[in-house]
Amino acid sequence: MIDAQAIVNILIQTSYAATPLLLAAVGEIIGERAGIVNIGLEGIMLISGFASIVFAYMFQSPFAGVVAGVLIGGVIGLLHALITAYLKGDHVISGIGINLFASGFVPYGVEAVWGVRGYFTIPASLKVPRIPGTDLSPIFLVSLILALGSYWVLFKTPYGLILRACGEEPRAAESTGVKIELTQALASTITGLFTGLAGAFLAIDWLSSITKNLPAGRGFISLAIVNFANWNPLLGIVGSYLFGFFWVLIGWLKLTPLKEMIPLPLMETIPYIATLAVTAGVIGRARPPRFTGRPYRRE
Amino acid sequence: MKPSSILGSIDLSKLEDDIVEVVFAVLAGFAISGLLMAAGGFDPIRAYVSLFKSAFGDLYGVSTTLSFATPLMLTGAAFAVSVRAGVFNIGAEGQVYMAALGAVIVASLSLPSGLYLIAEFLFGVLLAITWASIAGFLKSQRGVNEVVSTIMLNWTGFWIVEYGRTYVYFDPAEPQRTIKIPEAGRLPLLVPGTELYAGIIISLVATVIVYVIMWHTALGYEIRATGLNPIAARYGGVEVRRSMLYSFIIAGSLAGLAGVMEVAGRPPHYAITTGLSNLVGLGFDGLAVSLIGRNHPLAIIPAAIFVGALTAGSRGMQIESGVPLEMVKAVQGIIILILAVPGLVKMLKQWRGKK
Repeated sequence: MIDAQAIVNILIQTSYAATPLLLAAVGEIIGERAGIVNIGLEGIMLISGFASIVFAYMFQSPFAGVVAGVLIGGVIGLLHALITAYLKGDHVISGIGINLFASGFVPYGVEAVWGVRGYFTIPASLKVPRIPGTDLSPIFLVSLILALGSYWVLFKTPYGLILRACGEEPRAAESTGVKIELTQALASTITGLFTGLAGAFLAIDWLSSITKNLPAGRGFISLAIVNFANWNPLLGIVGSYLFGFFWVLIGWLKLTPLKEMIPLPLMETIPYIATLAVTAGVIGRARPPRFTGRPYRRE
Repeated sequence: MKPSSILGSIDLSKLEDDIVEVVFAVLAGFAISGLLMAAGGFDPIRAYVSLFKSAFGDLYGVSTTLSFATPLMLTGAAFAVSVRAGVFNIGAEGQVYMAALGAVIVASLSLPSGLYLIAEFLFGVLLAITWASIAGFLKSQRGVNEVVSTIMLNWTGFWIVEYGRTYVYFDPAEPQRTIKIPEAGRLPLLVPGTELYAGIIISLVATVIVYVIMWHTALGYEIRATGLNPIAARYGGVEVRRSMLYSFIIAGSLAGLAGVMEVAGRPPHYAITTGLSNLVGLGFDGLAVSLIGRNHPLAIIPAAIFVGALTAGSRGMQIESGVPLEMVKAVQGIIILILAVPGLVKMLKQWRGKK
């Protein structure tokens, strides 16, 4: 009934579904560990996805597209740090602003650049090529390396200790000479860079198109994964692949006789209910960095 | 009684700063968006003129603006109550869906005609409160981050209502939408031939009631104390978890009113349409309304009219100037990014002093 090929296909599809979640979640973990909460991941993915297509087109190169998407994400992360770390603005409000701006700017941009309403697809030549000999994306490998590397930097190096101190005890960190705002700005920029790569992955790798619904809630799922992962990039891998698998599973269930029994719209609720249940179930042991999301003010 | 004490949190000396900040942010939002439009080859002046002409140019425009403001006052007040309680409950979106489904479920029953309206409101708001309470319960009992839980509930609600629309309550005559609310179950129009319906009166009254609850009752005091400093509130004898839960319930009932009224009040559908297109965004637009209104129920009324005008005018803008109607969201996003910066007035004054 289920042959080996089907299992391999499900695994490959899961790698695609999980990659953007993992990138954004690991980026957000780094930001929140330093004390910066950014709920604008959804908006960053959308703007970076748009930018990556624009630049891939301009230079006729998917590589230029990826670089542009990543950099634009970093710029938005830096802007968020300017508002939250330096100007002591509210983290959640800034994130809402990013999401709202993206939801208006990208449909506008699609029309302004290509003169079409709402939907633009790129030719296969501008898609990020597969890893030779496989059906896998190179960004899939990059995301795993970034997750492992982030874990190592956060928990095994002095830089990681400094970064985490900004999110746990900024006052104590500052008394040892750590520049809180600078560290937070750097971390928030990394959040943006990683999330920008997630957006570029969606637009010019996996889906190879841009619509105003490009992220389709993935930015918010990534936020849930951060909670689930207890702010640890290794558990972030577990969470992203779990949720990615749920999505693929639904796509697969839709093709089986089960679809006669469970109506499609109700099947669509599965990943969201599962996210909620898992988050509620594990939250007892999860603890956010003590000072995260709060503007750091000196007396 | 001094005016400042009647107005509760509106400290008059701060009120001036608040107004200056919001006006500055709004103007900057238009200016930056205008630059983006110009960069894309559009004429921003023409776009804004057509935007405001369609929103305020005639009786139909004003009616459309006010009809869009009607649900936004409620979802804006819902978010404001949450923020005041110190929680970022962005679940109004899903609660609006559930309430609209509740109204349609009531419409599918055979009731004495006098009962429809009241039953729609009761059942719709009840469903919305239930939906909000899940997030409230998870927050207060399990410590689940409310941003995460409400987003998941929004999507879950979306698909449940989509299920209801396509599988259960579809109209055999027009299967892309649900059955219509029967005439006896509809709110009357205020201006014939427009979309302005009696719901705006309910919205205004509800917003004022929220203000009274928040600034003139013990419950409101406890909710606000929880938001300002939960630890201090607990020492002061406030049941912090209970206050938070109440904030979710109040927010849920407001969003529920918005959802019921959108299907029982706004012409021409009186039903839930394809992809919930007549409901999508009502909750999220409430965030912008609340933030522009500085999370104060009374200031939310003009803020809702402002965002309502942007929504109402955006179609005219698109037709006359070619700028996609979504651009008004970018304007709101920029306004909110600017408003996220505290002490803007002080900075502006310092900057002017330096020149």
